Amino acid sequence: MNWTAIKAIYIFEMARFFRTFLQSLISPVISTSLYFVVFGAAIGSRIDQVDGVSYGAFIVPGLVMLTVMTQSISNASFGIYFPKFIGTIYELLSAPISFLEIVLGYVGAAATKAMFIGVIILMTSFFFVDIQIAHPIAMVLFLVLTCISFSLFGFIIGIWAKNFEQLQLVPLLIVTPLVFLGGSFYSISMLPPVWQTISMFNPVVYLISGFRWAFFGLEDVPVATSLLAIGFFTALCLGAVYWIFKTGWRIRT
Amino acid sequence: MANILEIKDLRKSYDGGFEALKGVNLEIEEGEIIALLGPNGAGKTTLISTICGITSATSGDVKVAGNCIKDDFRAARSLIGLVPQEVALEPFEKVINTVRFSRGLFGKSRDEAAIEHILRRLSLWDKRNNAVKELSGGMKRRVLIAKALAHEPRVLFLDEPTAGVDVELRKDMWDIVADLKADGVTIILTTHYIEEAEAIADRVGIIAKGELLLVEEKAKLMARMGKKELEVQLTEPLDTIPKSLANYELSQTHDKTSVVYTYDTRGERTGITQLLNDIAAAGLSLRDVSTRQSSLEDIFVTLVQEDAA
Repeated sequence: MNWTAIKAIYIFEMARFFRTFLQSLISPVISTSLYFVVFGAAIGSRIDQVDGVSYGAFIVPGLVMLTVMTQSISNASFGIYFPKFIGTIYELLSAPISFLEIVLGYVGAAATKAMFIGVIILMTSFFFVDIQIAHPIAMVLFLVLTCISFSLFGFIIGIWAKNFEQLQLVPLLIVTPLVFLGGSFYSISMLPPVWQTISMFNPVVYLISGFRWAFFGLEDVPVATSLLAIGFFTALCLGAVYWIFKTGWRIRT
Repeated sequence: MANILEIKDLRKSYDGGFEALKGVNLEIEEGEIIALLGPNGAGKTTLISTICGITSATSGDVKVAGNCIKDDFRAARSLIGLVPQEVALEPFEKVINTVRFSRGLFGKSRDEAAIEHILRRLSLWDKRNNAVKELSGGMKRRVLIAKALAHEPRVLFLDEPTAGVDVELRKDMWDIVADLKADGVTIILTTHYIEEAEAIADRVGIIAKGELLLVEEKAKLMARMGKKELEVQLTEPLDTIPKSLANYELSQTHDKTSVVYTYDTRGERTGITQLLNDIAAAGLSLRDVSTRQSSLEDIFVTLVQEDAA
């Protein structure tokens, strides 16, 4: 394993994050604060409690997940798409590194950035609502696994994308709707039965449910199922990335 | 000197059926400079990209210092540095960081002294903390070379390193190449500029339509295929060449004030003395006489035209 190369990619990618540190940080913090104002204060004041948890607190795990998923995807997809766009991908392809090392470097950096922002969002939420974390270790585990799996997914999008429009396409048209419909702002049990069944096909439901369980002990699906789902999604993404590097799809002619 | 690079029957076909490389065979000795000449689309960049791992070969074998680029890709690639044709650099990163990144990517531990040496050698040390986007085009090309040298490769590929740069910078590049050769680095460069190959290469390879037409020592190639031309300037323009001079197959310049005689330098007799006597016998008066050695460019054009025919 070429650890020096992994470290080089990781440091180079993190440097990009720190170059634009304020804008990387301020933008998600402002959007999350707006969500708290709109959903927590304005709408939330009209909703009593969800399974014994105040609505303002109930949406915190969903908001953190929403940010973490979108940040993981955008960081990882941009991280690998940008070298393709400006042509510096030649250096990666001609270096003595394997696909695994490239993925570890890029996905590691993207996941770190997303996790960093996720923690900031969580800390921001403490200013708006009173919140207790019932299972902190499980919370960290879900956070880490979500960052990794969605960074892998973002990495695939970055390789697939041929232009900046495509880079935005999947996050906008697929991921954001899935996150919004995945129980970020409500419990699946609040939906009519038919929509509850349909929601079970949304992979994000399992992630948010598991994450919310770590906070309040509440779950839409069993926590083990959530872990299995995230494990399956990660394995699926890893398999896709392995195939991409083995065949050179969209990176090597 | 041992071979540092061995290419055997290397082929590359694209999905549409286009054959970019048609069985290229080439052996390159350690420490030499070889220039690959060829028109656009000849397969020069494909050849380099395939050796470096950017493009996958359809078939064939490439070994770098005995390491197969497929089976021992780590060992093979760690010996290679590549300067691409396009200026591809992270625009917002500092010069020194982008060079450090390249070194790390090739598995070399951080060595500030080595980085400083490379940057100073390429006159980039003063610009080390500048963002790449702030540099001139010539400086950016130097950064590309610095990145390629960051892991101290034994083989350096330069894909049209002086394309679009001014004459001064081109000469600077040649000096850099000469320095690297002195350090024992093997250099394979592709170029459109024949004078570049003529100035710095030890051997010249001519590639067209995915085939390596020839590889030969520059001096031998020039001697073997080089022709000399004798231009005889006359005092009065000449409408038609006299029949007594027909055997010399003379050509005329556009203004018809000179006749040009092409001869083989390797021949025992060049025929110059007899030609001058016959010109005098034909009643023509001479103003001046000059000779010109055909350049690598002439040889290149001849070979590519022969291949096209």
